[in-house]
Amino acid sequence: MKRHLISAADLTRDDAVLILDTAEEMARVADRPIKKLPTLRGRTVCNLFFEDSTRTRISFEAAEKRLSADVINFAAKGSSVSKGESLKDTAQTLEAMGVDAVVIRHSASGAPYRLATSGWIDAPVINAGDGTHQHPTQALLDAFTMRRRLIGPDAGLGQDLGGRRITIVGDVLHSRVARSNVDLLHTLGAEVTLVAPPTLVPVGVETWPCEVSYDLDSVLPKSDAVMMLRVQRERMNAAFFPTEREYSRRYGLDGDRMARMPEHALVMHPGPMVRGMEITAEVADSGRCTAVEQVANGVSIRMAVLYLLLGGNEPAVSSPRTDRTEEK
Amino acid sequence: MSKILIRGAKVLGGEPQDVLITDETITAVGTDLTVSSAEGAQVIEADGKILLPGLVDLHTHLREPGREDSETVLTGTRAAASGGYTAVFAMANTFPVADTAGVVEQVYRLGQEHGYCDVQPIGAVTVGLEGKKLAELGAMHESAAGVTVFSDDGKCVDDAVIMRRALEYVKAFGGVVAQHAQEPRLTEGAQMNEGVVSAELGLGGWPAVAEESIIARDVLLAEHVGSRVHICHLSTAGSVEIVRWAKSRGIDVTAEVTPHHLLLTDELVRTYNPVYKVNPPLRTERDVMALREALADGTIDIVATDHAPHPHEDKDCEWAAAAMGMVGLETALSVVQRTMVDTGLLTWADVADRMSFAPARIGQATGHGRPISAGEPANLTLVDSAYRGEVDPAGFASRSRNTPYEGRELPGRITHTFLRGRATVVDGKLA
Ligand SMILES: [Zn+2]
Repeated sequence: MKRHLISAADLTRDDAVLILDTAEEMARVADRPIKKLPTLRGRTVCNLFFEDSTRTRISFEAAEKRLSADVINFAAKGSSVSKGESLKDTAQTLEAMGVDAVVIRHSASGAPYRLATSGWIDAPVINAGDGTHQHPTQALLDAFTMRRRLIGPDAGLGQDLGGRRITIVGDVLHSRVARSNVDLLHTLGAEVTLVAPPTLVPVGVETWPCEVSYDLDSVLPKSDAVMMLRVQRERMNAAFFPTEREYSRRYGLDGDRMARMPEHALVMHPGPMVRGMEITAEVADSGRCTAVEQVANGVSIRMAVLYLLLGGNEPAVSSPRTDRTEEK
Repeated sequence: MSKILIRGAKVLGGEPQDVLITDETITAVGTDLTVSSAEGAQVIEADGKILLPGLVDLHTHLREPGREDSETVLTGTRAAASGGYTAVFAMANTFPVADTAGVVEQVYRLGQEHGYCDVQPIGAVTVGLEGKKLAELGAMHESAAGVTVFSDDGKCVDDAVIMRRALEYVKAFGGVVAQHAQEPRLTEGAQMNEGVVSAELGLGGWPAVAEESIIARDVLLAEHVGSRVHICHLSTAGSVEIVRWAKSRGIDVTAEVTPHHLLLTDELVRTYNPVYKVNPPLRTERDVMALREALADGTIDIVATDHAPHPHEDKDCEWAAAAMGMVGLETALSVVQRTMVDTGLLTWADVADRMSFAPARIGQATGHGRPISAGEPANLTLVDSAYRGEVDPAGFASRSRNTPYEGRELPGRITHTFLRGRATVVDGKLA
């Protein structure tokens, strides 16, 4: 694996499967009475958030604490990036403090890549979402959720998503989740179809390893998982589509549409869900919707990524092996 | 009386000749100039080097007044001389904006005082570059600066009526409007060329059509009111097609291309290194090839640098926060040699046309862009075209170092520049 995790495209199939397998081990920790491993004891991880995202920050923080890392939360909310010096200055401060890893969230595409490659800092950099570019741990937790549901937690070990058909619906243009998922799911052997109105598909999408469709109904019956993306309300006034109602009618997921999906197919959502426009409450609350599991799986995936980038030599989870011996 | 004899230089890339400069003027050109006429002359052995008329840049940002931390008239003209230029046109987007006779005269006088390169100010088309009200174009023309080129560069004159009026108005004194073609609504939030790379990087797209639609509109406006229009920094294959069509129709349009658009593509943006952030953005390989071809066949008239200095801190940051622009005066001829001469697309005589004769004609820079013959002002540039070396920004005369070529090998080097017979560069160093 590379030193940093900037883009889902940086991962080979074997890297990705290793992360998913490691996350399965980490998930077992959550079932224990004491949900903590000593793996990163004495290491310091900084969560550097230039953009608000309580959900993602808490998920990383939980992962770091379960691995016994010391955590520094740096929220640069309100500090303007328009002058541009803040990222470099902050990086150099963290370097001076000797942090062992930086988890960065930034509203500018490419900021984590700059941080990792400009010589401002030496620690591994984990991208927790940059602009409309990438959000690799989100893609990993999505893939993890799919593998668990479609293959099974134990049966899935060592497996990829070869041959599975995944549909991603909504604002692809502005979505780092869509970009990361297309890259990772393709690497894992899945067939991806993007569904959106043409205004929300980027010019240049034709080189992506996926299909593009404007017609949700024709794609649903062939989907093993349907991932709904959030549509931000501000797009409404920017003429990306005529009205919320029309969007809902053409691209929203309701009970009727869900009924057209195969029995086993999942409904996924990166959250937070705005019920009504892109997904109805009926669908969101159904047993097929994995939104809540995705949150739990996020912690396991982030533990796995931190462990693999920072830990290294010892086994990630030593005590479960002891447990197993005791069981004998 | 001072005499300089340049011996054995390939004038415009032709057969070796001797060129005698007496005071400010070329007094003789020939083979084996007799000892008597050149007696007492300082001799410059120019064996095998190329002698060109002093280069003229129709598109330079000198930043003074207002952003002297990026560049000043002094540092900018020293950079220009180092790059072989004897005249530069200074864009109007300074602070204050060059939209009055007072500001343009100040910039003009600074150029004359420093003496490295003639500075011809460009006047703003509209007050404060705001696109709403015409600036006092006539007053700027009548000022000591004698402004002939008007541009809101950095911004597009996007209001069709204002553009029409400007084109009409400057006819009274033979001026030209130089348009930065960028439809503002289509480029809101634009960070790079819109296409395959922007889709992947998640950076806001600057579509080719935002440039092309303005060029199409402006050539039609120029035709309608019978005026002439100049298009700044063409960057797309589609723009080339529109200008080609306009010229075939007899519309009085001229166009420029920058050196960086002749060499670099948007693939470089994958590094997220803001040194590649420029407006208009770096385009695709296909666009680069179309631009080279158009410069070769004359559809694009000139090379202009769009020299855009920025201090280090405005580039040493994340892409979205970085300033747009690259310095270009000191590397322009090398890039043109690499992309146009070494590829066989242009001869050195063509280079003289695209980088001196034609820009001087478009901007009416009297005394520049003249033939190399007896009686002409001695504005000259001597080029060692056999030189190969890596670009080292540490040696730049420009106050800013935001070059995309750091560490790249480029051919050619300016060894001497003469402004009206006075050497501004000697053996590759500023005099
Ligand atoms: Zn411009």
